[in-house]
Amino acid sequence: MSGTFVGMPAFPKAAHEAVGNQTLRANLRHATHTIRAKRANAVAEVSDWAELREAGKRIKDHTLRHLDRYLVQLEESVTAAGGIVHWAADADEANRIVAGLVKETGESEVVKVKSMATQEIGLNEALEAEGIRAYETDLAELIVQLGKDRPSHILVPAIHRNRGEIREIFAREMSEWGRPAPEGLTDTPAELADAARLHLREKFLRAKVGVSGANFMVAETGTLVVVESEGNGRMCLTLPETLISVVGIEKIVPTWRDLEVFLQTLPRSSTAERMNPYTSTWTGTTDGDGPRTFHLVLLDNGRTDTLADEVGRQALRCIRCSACLNVCPVYERAGGHAYGSVYPGPIGAILSPQLRGTGSEIDASLPYASSLCGACYEVCPVAIDIPEVLVHLRERVVQGGPVTREGNKVVLKPAKGHGAERAAMRAARWAFSRPGALRAGQRLASRTRRLHPRTLPGPGKAWSASRDLPALPAEPFRDWWQRTNGGTGDEGTAK
Amino acid sequence: MRVALFLTCVNDTLYPETGRAVVKLLTRLGVEVDFPMAQTCCGQAHYNTGYRHEAEPLARHFSDVFGKYEAIVTPSGSCGAMVRELYPRMGERARAEGRGDTLAATLAPVVPKTYELTEFLVDVLGVTDVGAYYPHTVTYHPTCHGLRGLGLGERPRQLLRAVRGLELVELPGADECCGFGGTFALKNSDVSAAMGADKVRNAESTGAEVLCAADNSCLMHIGGTMTRLRTGMRPVHIAEILASTEEEPTA
Repeated sequence: MSGTFVGMPAFPKAAHEAVGNQTLRANLRHATHTIRAKRANAVAEVSDWAELREAGKRIKDHTLRHLDRYLVQLEESVTAAGGIVHWAADADEANRIVAGLVKETGESEVVKVKSMATQEIGLNEALEAEGIRAYETDLAELIVQLGKDRPSHILVPAIHRNRGEIREIFAREMSEWGRPAPEGLTDTPAELADAARLHLREKFLRAKVGVSGANFMVAETGTLVVVESEGNGRMCLTLPETLISVVGIEKIVPTWRDLEVFLQTLPRSSTAERMNPYTSTWTGTTDGDGPRTFHLVLLDNGRTDTLADEVGRQALRCIRCSACLNVCPVYERAGGHAYGSVYPGPIGAILSPQLRGTGSEIDASLPYASSLCGACYEVCPVAIDIPEVLVHLRERVVQGGPVTREGNKVVLKPAKGHGAERAAMRAARWAFSRPGALRAGQRLASRTRRLHPRTLPGPGKAWSASRDLPALPAEPFRDWWQRTNGGTGDEGTAK
Repeated sequence: MRVALFLTCVNDTLYPETGRAVVKLLTRLGVEVDFPMAQTCCGQAHYNTGYRHEAEPLARHFSDVFGKYEAIVTPSGSCGAMVRELYPRMGERARAEGRGDTLAATLAPVVPKTYELTEFLVDVLGVTDVGAYYPHTVTYHPTCHGLRGLGLGERPRQLLRAVRGLELVELPGADECCGFGGTFALKNSDVSAAMGADKVRNAESTGAEVLCAADNSCLMHIGGTMTRLRTGMRPVHIAEILASTEEEPTA
């Protein structure tokens, strides 16, 4: 994945910073609660939501099962429609292909449609290194780009920023990138939007090359689909002479008919809209209309390895709606940056350690960035059982096991740093397998209860830093049960 | 009817009063309760932390101990969800790993017979008014595994509404996780503590004297946060409220 996030600290450390930042906490809380409530209303309007969710899950599962066939069909359809298909095994290869294609045009700048795939591979940075400037045109992406920041949310990359901060960024940075912000810019939404519109318009009208991702690719016709709210995407897709789309191989649907499901579930789940304000579709090239050259870069970057895992592969159903982020109590407090990936929140916690492997500190910590409350699974429009995959990946981290990396079967060793925990789990299993041992331990704890400290040493410190411990009872239940013959005998008092 | 009480290792060790309340309540409703002394732990902490292979012997032990009973009742939504939701999955995983159907077959008998307490009262016994008396203002926190794992829905609230003297007040953000999450509370203690503090502040805003839930693990985290934040509220397990009568108040 992107080099942008290399060297991120493990999740708990990154989250520690975020939890202490009151402005960030307030921004996140306000935004996630607002979208959450709107989504619930938008979903409640649809009487067949459960059926739509099941249909989406099935279409995606079917497509993933036959991905080899549908990818070949897509390549044939795109080629027949006048497009050119490129295959990229990883981020470096995809970046090389795109940079090469831009250079062939002789241009040194591109306009971009908001795209998770290009964020994932760090395309902007790679183009910059080749002397090509990439301009983000989505309002939130623009805020992030101008602020030299990282996206914090899949749908609302600047969710962590408030209006005052955005005004500051525009006033300070716009002149560096093109048309400066108007004099005396205030933080009213209309003025901020107007400043962005004027700044971007200049880019749209000048750029000869557009770069996009896609929400869906229809195998039968070779059609790509982008849904958006602002209309900037459509400008980038129609005005440039060359269009380059970088798309993850899991974005395929077999037929146009399949789109009817996702064009209902995606907007309601993500922006709580009944329909996306802009739904753009493009199929190869057409004389006198739109780009004269169209390139499709099909991106693997860990997806086939993910597909090889029978529990984890369901993460590839994801349609990037971000509903799981908005209901996640952990995301709400830790913010998107703590996840160390362009895919934050619950879906990021299962997607990143699969796409990138669990080798780094941050990736090994992500499966634990959840209380397993299940709110994410409940809202997921393609029914990804995120808690199930989280537990599956925890198992991979602590126990190791067989995985597929770069197409090869390898057996992972358990990650470092879990030795004490593993020993404790084994000891607990040993005691719990022997009721007598458990009972002896309970009795010892009860009899020595007046000696117990109020705070705990070692890993228990994390508990007693913010919570009091429960008082130990005078006798465990099983002793009471035996002493009173199941509550039928003399209650008395415990010795 | 005779049932086995699966108290859970946490309740047995730390919250015996909940066990005594379940026994009292079920006996009052004419149910014969047995407590199999060989019971230990369902393996949830192991499974959820990634130690599925350590959880397997505990699940087999659970089946050995409880398999012969007509019904198994537990006052814990999360341990109930472990048996009902995750035991079948453990069986499937063992099969996928080429270890045959043995584990699935061993665990299958206990899965449909395991009930969370409020579920057992409403669905099996068919009662919502258990004859309890509890003259306090109470707010109810539906724990995640009870709410989304087992789908307890309105059952606990139905039971609480029928308690004489009890005033039930709605908890803002009730469906949100309290931040316990087993080992999550240790591994991500900053986020866990922030979630717990928000839950306690929401509870405090109701003006209730008592926060009640059907899972003592969550109550341990919420209660520990309540005393640390000096709220004066008390965490009480729903079984203790339902067991309480005018003659013999239990909580």
